[in-house]
Amino acid sequence: MEITVKTAEQLRLTAEEFELIKKKLGRTPNFNELCAFSAMWSEHCSYKNSIKWLKTLPREGGRMLVAAGEENAGLMDMGDGYGVVFKIESHNHPSAIEPFQGAATGVGGIHRDIFTMGARPIASLNSLRFGNLNEAKTQHLLGGVVHGIGHYGNCFGVPTVGGEIYFEQCYHTNPLVNAMSVGIVKAGETVSATALGKGNPVIFVGSATGKDGIGGASFASADITAESTEELPAVQVGDPFQEKKLLEACLEVIPTGVVVGMQDMGAAGIICSTAEMSAKGGVGMRIDLDKVPTRQQNMKAWELLLSESQERMLMVVEKGKEGVVQKIFDKWDLPCSVIGEVTEDGLLSFFMHGELEAQLPAEELVLGGGAPQYDRAYTEPTYLAKTKAFDAASIEVPKDLKAVAEKLIQIPNIASKRWVYVQYDSMVGTGNTSTNQPSDAAVVLAKPSDKALAVTTDCNSRYVYADPYKGAMIAVAEAARNIVCSGGEPLGVTNCLNFGNPYDPQVYYQFVHAIKGMGDACRKFNTPVTGGNVSFYNQNPDGPVYPTPTIGMVGLLDSVQDKMTLDFKEEGDVIYLVGKSYADINSSEYLQKIKGVEFSPAPHFDIEEEFALQQQITKAIKEKVIASAHDVSEGGLFITLIESSFNRNLGFEVASTDGGIRKDAYWFGEAQSRVVVTVKKDQVAAFEKTLSGATFAKLGTVTNGSVSIDGENWGNAISWKEKYDNAIGNLLAGHDSEHALSAL
Amino acid sequence: MKFGVVVFPGSNCDRDMQEALQNDLNQEVVMLWHKDKDISSFTTNDCIVLPGGFSYGDYMRCGAIARFSPMMQSVIEFANKGGKVLGVCNGFQVLCEAQLLPGVLLRNANQQFICKNVYLKGVGSDKALKIPIAHGEGRYFADQKTLEELEKNNQVIYHYCDENGNITAEANPNGTTNNIAGIRNAAGNVFGMMPHPERASSDALGNIDGQIILKTLLMS
Repeated sequence: MEITVKTAEQLRLTAEEFELIKKKLGRTPNFNELCAFSAMWSEHCSYKNSIKWLKTLPREGGRMLVAAGEENAGLMDMGDGYGVVFKIESHNHPSAIEPFQGAATGVGGIHRDIFTMGARPIASLNSLRFGNLNEAKTQHLLGGVVHGIGHYGNCFGVPTVGGEIYFEQCYHTNPLVNAMSVGIVKAGETVSATALGKGNPVIFVGSATGKDGIGGASFASADITAESTEELPAVQVGDPFQEKKLLEACLEVIPTGVVVGMQDMGAAGIICSTAEMSAKGGVGMRIDLDKVPTRQQNMKAWELLLSESQERMLMVVEKGKEGVVQKIFDKWDLPCSVIGEVTEDGLLSFFMHGELEAQLPAEELVLGGGAPQYDRAYTEPTYLAKTKAFDAASIEVPKDLKAVAEKLIQIPNIASKRWVYVQYDSMVGTGNTSTNQPSDAAVVLAKPSDKALAVTTDCNSRYVYADPYKGAMIAVAEAARNIVCSGGEPLGVTNCLNFGNPYDPQVYYQFVHAIKGMGDACRKFNTPVTGGNVSFYNQNPDGPVYPTPTIGMVGLLDSVQDKMTLDFKEEGDVIYLVGKSYADINSSEYLQKIKGVEFSPAPHFDIEEEFALQQQITKAIKEKVIASAHDVSEGGLFITLIESSFNRNLGFEVASTDGGIRKDAYWFGEAQSRVVVTVKKDQVAAFEKTLSGATFAKLGTVTNGSVSIDGENWGNAISWKEKYDNAIGNLLAGHDSEHALSAL
Repeated sequence: MKFGVVVFPGSNCDRDMQEALQNDLNQEVVMLWHKDKDISSFTTNDCIVLPGGFSYGDYMRCGAIARFSPMMQSVIEFANKGGKVLGVCNGFQVLCEAQLLPGVLLRNANQQFICKNVYLKGVGSDKALKIPIAHGEGRYFADQKTLEELEKNNQVIYHYCDENGNITAEANPNGTTNNIAGIRNAAGNVFGMMPHPERASSDALGNIDGQIILKTLLMS
């Protein structure tokens, strides 16, 4: 077969990249080799259009134990001899085509990134975006994705403790499925994804290899079109039972001390794991592809190199210790096969039936080595002119605020996600303290240490769309605020950067400015970016999705006793709003979903104001002067208050504290940097003293169930809870709820 | 007395059960590997627990493969000699497949996995106990004669109920027959239940109702 630029283009490489490959090799690659470059230089593996900007993020400092991007996931010091390992990753493209397997394998893949480093996963989160929930296609995608996440996570045995879901038209064709895993590792038991030591055996462990997922990395590096469904084999198939055994076997092998390095096989399978491990160790590998356990006959060399069959790991162990690994994998009834050895020549040499099928310098394939890095042009998107032109005075303040609130609480972005999360095992592992005691971030016992972790994912992408710089800052700030309101100290960030096509200068503008905002906010909150994932090409012929730089953040609690919860505790407790109120309805659910305004600026946000607020909340929690804390986010102050009342069937009687602010902004506006707290009557003086100098206002008191706003009776909290809890389930069951959600 | 917790491939509540028994109830616990058979150190004063999870992946009927494991042959003998055996969730399914308990567990009526706190009425407490469930196949079913015998002999150890202890249709989370959440055998030494008492036995999780269940069934 003659290899030409046409072949390269069919494999989604550009003509320039083909020339570069020929130059680097000093010859024309054969088909196997070209496939290897196609996968390794795909956007998904090489970060070729993002790496220059990613390097501007704060990628070290704090409690970081490995630099960003160095290993499969971020690793931070928890103290007392334990580390936390965490990462978020997208599985958007597979989930768009096959939602069940796409989401399931997303969960499986992110957990492997955690336990390949020697950590036991203790918590999962996921951040999901879909189109309008009234549409059958969205309901199909939501059902499939939720089923897939549950199927994999429930069997694998790691609790799904948190996450977020938004529904916006722009995600109709391109849903986003971002999965995060958090694990705990004992100091001294971490494993690096590095190959070292001439002659050390390279061992393949885990499920046998099939033809599934071939080309998945390059599939994820293109727009989704009508033809995409014909790429079905590019979607992988997951087996959580195999992965559960793989987890236990790997965590049993590591303490034996024989493992030199280990990496999971995710995108681009064997070629990626061999290339990255070799390049990092400055070595090469000689691999016999016929020794790879297969589940299909007559697989070709390029298929074996690229297959993304799930639940597989590549291990380099000390020579002569193969038997130690074999014995443990036999115990768990998992395939284990020595497929080659480490060499000193820096070359990856793949043989099959004694024939050399491909020979490539490992370094040339990888990010940070020979993979290309591009500067992309960007220009301000034209729609931003419309955003800036919005004038709130054009929106009349509604007379019946209660009717607005009743619609608001049933908007799927705001309503309870109970229909979704009851399908996830959220309690396995007996570490999730937020089941019985809810908090803004999920607080999970970091067993076997005595500490706890607060974990959250956040991104309101409408804010990012309205103002990429400020919107990305808000995503970081909200994540940190959720952790602070739960009693934690924000430690670090993992990000999942979901954008449209990077070759579109207006999309790239969103990317660049979001990275700048994220970097500035992470520096302010001292939360370095430990790693993550970029997902471009979330785009279809109708256009790109909202720029969605999802933030996964981990915070530390020295003891679970330090935890703060979000629910009102007792009738008579005094309710305060900490932070300043603004006459701001910009980019709120109220403005967009109820008033139908698509373009408006991001809501008010000032990073110094936010930072000061978080310090005040931390101080109030440490000095034990508050009984609950819940931040104001989507839906505004009213939704925050009503959510706080649900857990104990309480209510509230409150009055607006600033008559100068329009009422819709006061109750439903989404200006940032506000937290609702409650204070026991006998602690009012102590609370006000603790917060002296800060901006806060007394809103009212907790009642035994009745809800009253500005002297008006708004009924009982239980009837609000029924609307909140059942809105999504009713919609999916096909009953229009009493306030005609379908009209929204 | 001591406890054995069986580890099948795919068990994922084994460590949770171990921790609840060791840390919350101060009991001695031995983990038992599914490929082993030797439980000669256990006397009929001891107790063996089959934990929750997805034994062997549960790709056939839940528990259908686990019942054939070497360890289960020993557990069946142990139960038949009068030793106490508790199966929780997947463990309950295994006990039904092994015919140590009557009936079967079918897919939940809504065809979905369900994980949430529910309330149970039964042995050990006059008030409703708050305990989590987490299963896709928890709808207990048996023929009419068996059901009548279970009720007549007080073999239904837990019914799903509401917060106030009323056994109502609304409080039935999965469509299970007669709100049955857990049963025992006629001899009174083998117990199976879908809810997870080990997930509700520590102060750190804000719920210790599960301790009442574990103590009542296994230590009294």
